[in-house]
Amino acid sequence: MADRHPSAFSRRRTTLRAIAAGVGFLLVRPSVATPDDLAIALREAFGDRPITPGKLKLEVPRLAENGSVVPVAITVESPMTAQDHVKSIHLFAENNPLPRVLSVELGPYNGRARVATRIRIAASQQIRGVAVMSDGSLWSAAVDVEVTVGGCAP
Amino acid sequence: MSEMVARVRIPQTARRGDAVEIRAMITHPMESGFRLDNMGRPIARHIVESFTCTYDGQQVFRATLHPAVSTNPYFVFYLAATHSADLLFTWTDDHGDVARHTAYLTVAD
Repeated sequence: MADRHPSAFSRRRTTLRAIAAGVGFLLVRPSVATPDDLAIALREAFGDRPITPGKLKLEVPRLAENGSVVPVAITVESPMTAQDHVKSIHLFAENNPLPRVLSVELGPYNGRARVATRIRIAASQQIRGVAVMSDGSLWSAAVDVEVTVGGCAP
Repeated sequence: MSEMVARVRIPQTARRGDAVEIRAMITHPMESGFRLDNMGRPIARHIVESFTCTYDGQQVFRATLHPAVSTNPYFVFYLAATHSADLLFTWTDDHGDVARHTAYLTVAD
């Protein structure tokens, strides 16, 4: 990663190159979200409401060769009736430049709580889905994805 | 200016009560705003921000997109078929460009 940010002096001396690599790393870092940014994004979206693991199934390839087009399918266990349905589904990628990926709104008129799309994954990381149910409860699932070629930065 | 072209696939006929599969795709660069051009300058963000589907005027699907949605956003979702009616698909990008597509869902008993 640091090789893409050569500075004039880094070419001259290998000792300085090592320092430049470190500086380059620090310069690059802020563009990558961290699990802390994910926590902030989750709090922005859901406040302090508890999120329980379960009810959600995330279908993502364990190994994605091309991070710029990764198929994702999210299925939520729900009868999708007027009394008991999924209101929304949210997708997060903790190491993408922006952890928020996508939000969809659903309702009993969908009949089935399943959504599929294609997303970008910047680097190997955990993809997290959160579902908001009609009773206000929050459910989540997470899947680790290995990416060979990242899909966001150049 | 890139043209937004929609491609939508719905079943030819549906049975009342079935949850039918809807597939919708729009051509769009989904420029994330995080890429640099060959001079090292950032390329401005240009993304589809929202995609909605209405069934006989009622919203049945809404997606809010962020830059991490791939080029040519593609969605698969489901719809409980209750009666024959128009489906209206609308995509809006951050330049204010809007693409619309209509499909007629035929529901048999």
